[in-house]
Amino acid sequence: MDPLVTFCLRMGDTTLILGQQTAAWCGHAPVLEEDIAFANMGLDLIGQTQLWYEIAAQAEGKGRTPDDLAFFRTERQFLNAQLVERPNTDFAHALMRQYLFDAWHLPMQEALCESGHEAIRDLAQKSVKEVRYHIDRSRDLIVRLGDGSDESRAKMQGALDALWPYAADLMATDEVEETLVAQGVLPGLDRVRTAFEAETAATMSRATLEIPGNGHARIGGRTGIHTETMGYILAEMQQVPRSFPDARW
Amino acid sequence: MYAQLVETGAAETSEKDHEFQEKIDRGVRIEANDWMPEGYRKTLIRQISQHAHSEIVGQLPEGNWITRAPSLQRKAILLAKVQDEAGHGLYLYCAAETLGISRDEMTAQLLSGKAKYSSIFNYPTLTWADIGAVGWLVDGAAIMNQVPLQRCSYGPYSRAMIRVCKEESFHQRQGFDIMRQLCQGTDDQKAIAQDALNRWWWPSLMMFGPSDKDSVHSEQSMKWGIKQNTNDELRQKFVDQTVPQAEWLGLTVPDPDLAWNEEKGGYDFGEPDWSEFYEVLKGNGPCNRDRLAARNKAWDDGAWYRDGLTAHAEKQQTIAAE
Repeated sequence: MDPLVTFCLRMGDTTLILGQQTAAWCGHAPVLEEDIAFANMGLDLIGQTQLWYEIAAQAEGKGRTPDDLAFFRTERQFLNAQLVERPNTDFAHALMRQYLFDAWHLPMQEALCESGHEAIRDLAQKSVKEVRYHIDRSRDLIVRLGDGSDESRAKMQGALDALWPYAADLMATDEVEETLVAQGVLPGLDRVRTAFEAETAATMSRATLEIPGNGHARIGGRTGIHTETMGYILAEMQQVPRSFPDARW
Repeated sequence: MYAQLVETGAAETSEKDHEFQEKIDRGVRIEANDWMPEGYRKTLIRQISQHAHSEIVGQLPEGNWITRAPSLQRKAILLAKVQDEAGHGLYLYCAAETLGISRDEMTAQLLSGKAKYSSIFNYPTLTWADIGAVGWLVDGAAIMNQVPLQRCSYGPYSRAMIRVCKEESFHQRQGFDIMRQLCQGTDDQKAIAQDALNRWWWPSLMMFGPSDKDSVHSEQSMKWGIKQNTNDELRQKFVDQTVPQAEWLGLTVPDPDLAWNEEKGGYDFGEPDWSEFYEVLKGNGPCNRDRLAARNKAWDDGAWYRDGLTAHAEKQQTIAAE
């Protein structure tokens, strides 16, 4: 596959699956303000997905639409980071997943603002404003709930322990990104990891939470290797269009 | 109508009460700090909180389809819509708080089953077409009720309604657009559209509440300027507006008694099954238990979150004081 298409799918699949997971909280969050916030973030993520898929579909040139990419690909064809497919175990997991994603997403979008590819640059310049707001919110909650009650700290630490190994998948790169950097489509991405590490270290310290130090890392999503939750997410998301294959919506 | 059968307080006969009624009759808006009869205050608290609860519970049947919306565009639209509903809940709770009740108290009343919400949200959304039907019919019926509420005598409620109505009319058009797309689609799509209309038609008519002759609370509410139209007036208006839309879509309204009445310039239509309506109000609708259980679970599961934020705020206060 064209490296540009692969990269756009890696980005768009990640925002779509997180948007899907985030949106599922609508009506079920701990307070009304969180119902609204999660819907809002989900909306931003779905919007970003549409933009990534448009670039991917155009670069691919096979006449597929963004909806074809979302609803008619299978588990092994999805290239999202494994982190975002981790389940909505509880609200602590949902918040921690969001924060770890944001801590990568902001430096990534900032880097993409310098992309040599015009459509990617435009996308990043639009998205980065949304992402800045997302991390302001999620960082604040990590700090307040980590440094909150004994129970809230325990919940947040548990979520961090469970999800930290999957953060590595956000930053996993291979020859796809290397080619795009060499072509000038992407700027160097080393700074993304540096920024992620600085952001998470500072925030977890303020939150009195401890980053697991055993180096355990789960990667594979970028090449279509997922966790067992992934098939269920797609089954739910794709059920209607696949049941009515000739339909337009 | 998002508030049904709101129990209305009685008017008193003191001089203050007479002055208050004169103000209402002159069309002067009542504001939070103005004197008002206890009956008026309590009626509004019941009505506004019931309305807010309806927005909150209303997230559930529609939220049921967010993760299964059939296109990215429809997913985004539905998500934005449900977010709007939560926002309506938020500012309606704020409007009720101006009358001297806290959001926590209102939430407790909802979760215990003491407070009511609109009967319509106790029906299930079974297919994607239900999301179209809910937007078209349920939001359509809600607008019928809420447009006159923009002129409600209580300022904070009337102002909240102005904003709510703008968004609701979007929702109604979005719902209709889902139905339009289905009706112009494949036979299978058209079939789920008709099925959704069949199931949502009568519950939507019931949203306006029982017939005027059986509505015990209307008179005083109208005198106080809380309510502007009778249940039957609004129901008639809704049917007259909606039937031509169904015809345009090529769908059949599931009422054998439906007929145009040239003389009254409106449709004659059948009587909803009011025994079903009262059963739903009693808690025996298809989803009453599921809805309350979902709200209770969200609240109970979120206790650690709310306690954690409070604990953090208290720590910060202690640090600031030292």
